[in-house]
Amino acid sequence: MPVVNMHTRTPIAAINDFVVKFANVNGSGSASANELFARAILRMGVPVSPRNIFPSNIQGLPTWFEVRVTEKGYLGRRGGVDMMVAMNPQTWAQDLKEIEAGGYLLYDSTRPMPASAFRDDITVIGIPLTAICNATYADVRQRQLFKNIICLGVLSWLFEIEPKEIERLFSEQYKGKEALLASNVKALNLGRDYARDNVATGTCHLKVRRADAVGDMIFVEGNSAAALGCVYGGATVCAWYPITPSTSVVEAFQSYCKKLRHDPETGEARYAIVQAEDELASIGMVIGAAWNGARAFTATSGPGISLMTEFIGLAYFAEIPAVLINVQRGGPSTGMPTRTQQADLLSCAYASNGDTKHVLLFPEDPKECFDFSAAALDLADRLQTPIFVMTDLDIGMNYRLCKPFEWDENRSLDRGKVMTAEDLDAGKTFGRYLDVDGDGIPYRTFPGTHATKGSYFTRGTSKNRMAGYSEAGPDYVENMERLLKKFETAKTYAPAPIAHLAPSPSRCGVLYFGSTAPAMAEALDNLAEADAPLDAMRIRAFPFADSVAEFIANHEQVFVVEQNRDGQLRSMLINEIGVDPAKIIAVLHFDGTPITARFIVKAISTHLGKTDAATKTLVHS
Amino acid sequence: MTYIAKPKLHHPALTHNAAGFTRRDYEGTISTLCAGCGHDSISAAIIHACFELNIEPHRVAKLSGIGCSSKSPTYFLGNSHGFNTVHGRMPSVLTGANLANRELIYLGVSGDGDSASIGLGQFAHVMRRGVNMVYVVMNNGVYGLTKGQFSATADRGSKSKKGAVNQDSAIDLASLAILMGATFVARSFSGDKTQLVPLIKAAISHQGAAILDVISPCVAFNNHAGSTKSYDYIREHNEAMNRLDFITGQEPITADYAPGTVTDVLQHDGTTLRLRKLAEDYDPSDKAGALAHIQERAAAGEVATGLLYLDPLPRDLHEGLNTVAAPLNSLPDEALVPGRAALVKINAGLR
Ligand SMILES: Cc1ncc(C[n+]2csc(CCOP(=O)(O)OP(=O)(O)O)c2C)c(N)n1
Ligand code: SF4
Ligand SMILES: [Mg+2]
Repeated sequence: MPVVNMHTRTPIAAINDFVVKFANVNGSGSASANELFARAILRMGVPVSPRNIFPSNIQGLPTWFEVRVTEKGYLGRRGGVDMMVAMNPQTWAQDLKEIEAGGYLLYDSTRPMPASAFRDDITVIGIPLTAICNATYADVRQRQLFKNIICLGVLSWLFEIEPKEIERLFSEQYKGKEALLASNVKALNLGRDYARDNVATGTCHLKVRRADAVGDMIFVEGNSAAALGCVYGGATVCAWYPITPSTSVVEAFQSYCKKLRHDPETGEARYAIVQAEDELASIGMVIGAAWNGARAFTATSGPGISLMTEFIGLAYFAEIPAVLINVQRGGPSTGMPTRTQQADLLSCAYASNGDTKHVLLFPEDPKECFDFSAAALDLADRLQTPIFVMTDLDIGMNYRLCKPFEWDENRSLDRGKVMTAEDLDAGKTFGRYLDVDGDGIPYRTFPGTHATKGSYFTRGTSKNRMAGYSEAGPDYVENMERLLKKFETAKTYAPAPIAHLAPSPSRCGVLYFGSTAPAMAEALDNLAEADAPLDAMRIRAFPFADSVAEFIANHEQVFVVEQNRDGQLRSMLINEIGVDPAKIIAVLHFDGTPITARFIVKAISTHLGKTDAATKTLVHS
Repeated sequence: MTYIAKPKLHHPALTHNAAGFTRRDYEGTISTLCAGCGHDSISAAIIHACFELNIEPHRVAKLSGIGCSSKSPTYFLGNSHGFNTVHGRMPSVLTGANLANRELIYLGVSGDGDSASIGLGQFAHVMRRGVNMVYVVMNNGVYGLTKGQFSATADRGSKSKKGAVNQDSAIDLASLAILMGATFVARSFSGDKTQLVPLIKAAISHQGAAILDVISPCVAFNNHAGSTKSYDYIREHNEAMNRLDFITGQEPITADYAPGTVTDVLQHDGTTLRLRKLAEDYDPSDKAGALAHIQERAAAGEVATGLLYLDPLPRDLHEGLNTVAAPLNSLPDEALVPGRAALVKINAGLR
């Protein structure tokens, strides 16, 4: 009997709005079938938001793939699982527990399981996947690979996903490899036929219906988007050291450059990528290249930032551009290399010894990874200082639906204040650390500019305005104060925060940033439905725009939602804006999984004393 | 360190080189190092070499780490951009600078603490990558700037000024550089200008990773009896493998040599290195032989100097990366930004 329906709960019924989670073993070839599942739904015009939850391991450990199907376009995690595709005996107990009451379990029933292994409030769908494979394929590798496709076939039958969309994806994937295409279609149909013949109609009430909610949106990983932003932002030098979850930024940069940055005639490269010996060297190379007038970046994660801090201080004090894409993961130390967090704010904002402050940008999705990476290269040259693009594993390593990339044909790269040989010949005075324009940003020259004018010595020691070594107190103080003024100027160039105001002014407000954004969008809707509409503001950069201070001032209480333990953004707000700590309440999620809408709603409504009403809206209607 | 500008009095008798510059144009500010410090002699040799090579001073970028040695770039080539980076990390900054603009001459200056202790990793890797540069180690066997601690090039058994005996074995940067893939490796002595200047000139003309390990006594902390990096010790134990004459492509070869004692090596840029053999069986093109020879001499208590290893036709970092001939920092927007149409296509591929 493939279906056991334990009728203690009405099965969940939902169209285009549910969560499916696949529990797999790392390295079992499940990843591509899972991705096909998500893409097929997307091709039916229904937004999906898939997330890989994977171990720091190549083969053997548990891995999960969670797909949010959401016609409303809620691309964050909701929390809870409506159907678990449990293919990993190792994690069976845990996976079973996660299923919502009234939810579904799909498992490989080749080996019979005792009734005690299940729950009585879910629908259990057993498919003898291994048995079907063993009967069909002689080859061991084929058995493994096609098992995933057969399972996809079963799911497509249950959810009523149009098989032609899956077949179309197959033919895109196996262009020119007709044999592979045919065998995949065959496996898909094996699964569909088995489900048709053995699973009673009306077993599964989770359905996908063709919709028109995807539009012209694109489906891309944040790391790839950041890499493309670096191509468009004119980066010519990339130095890096491999570290999860940032590695694919550089891999994508390499592959985009291969297509877009080779001279069509000579085949020569208009970029250089160097895999350095460590992060000390990678940031050193970026600084050397930027000092010499190239646009340069590195991509790294927490431990890499730790190693780079001495150099970051040099770049701050000597005023050298540098772009660091920090794809954050769980810390401290090696922490949780394949889990997500927003826990490097403080270590980046104030990186290095002495008084320092650095510009941070917080993209919410791949579209902003693209925009902010390109912008960071401009900002670095404009402000002559390190710029951090603070993305994270959740945005960086998952496919995310987002607005298509845009580029204004009239946009030119902002190379900042650079004096040329012509300027020097025209008699312009050059003093490397002279604040000529009153914005704290001095002019620089590049090595090799002029035979007799404009050379200077760059150093991490203190200096006077003319770049001469100086330990004189007044010189030092003047320089440090100018750096503060420059940081103030940074506000006018950095992306402004975005406010989402409730229909009528709310007493409380909520601040958030980065990858929390999609879950927050859903949470805010839920809170509004539960009669607790909140004004919200998404912070997109540090230094904080003045409107952040105004937002806090305009609300009695402000929640700051972050994915770290210590409320790092909250500390920065207190430190930089001087707000009363009692007024801002930290809502913190830091177990390494991406924050969910349910978590946010529960935390905020508990504070507001609205628990019942709010949670009610989260229960399936 | 104070900043003292050198008076720019142009002495009428100062001669101009072919590029139209006087010796003064290659000088920097007045040195603030100890009188008699070996590092100052190396600076003087750099000035001398650049003048004679007719280099336009601003076409040189000089980079250093931290230490007395790393301060030296302030004392030469005042019309060149300079960069005092952080302790032990000059190689990476120089690598980045070189990536940005392959047309300049990169002069890296470092100390033995800077290169062999804190910066050993970057030292090794910059050699491996074949970065086109001249890397000068002003090697005094101590940390001068932090007042006399042993560095990693101090010989085992050598004595510090305070009487401590070094227990650790020394790192030989020249041998290490050969092993790591440097293509021009020389050792010299700050007190031997006739040997040092042609080596610097040859290193500058070399189109790959060139390193000069220059023994440079620290008069303040490592010039006493029992030190193996003192003026007296090096004068007594210096064993030159060869003497080098540097000949630019255009100059006629004038001097006469006894047959069999001279080897001419043609470099990428058309210059010739003329090597006069001093050690009978020394062949600087033989990597394994060079390494063995350096060790044999060291075992005999001698310091092998001269051009120790040379690959006259090296492959540099840019060749491996296949970068365009124009400096990357000079590429206009059109060469870098693929434009809107390309982006529309990329978007289409992501649906
Ligand atoms: C990260 C760091 N650690 C320690 C120091 C202190 N420090 C400055 S110079 C120096 C040693 C320099 O020795 P060497 O490179 O041999 O130069 P020398 O002064 O002998 O020419 C040290 C340890 C520093 N500047 N930075
Ligand atoms: S302390 Fe030694 S290395 Fe430093 S300047 Fe004096 S003599 Fe030279
Ligand atoms: Mg030293």
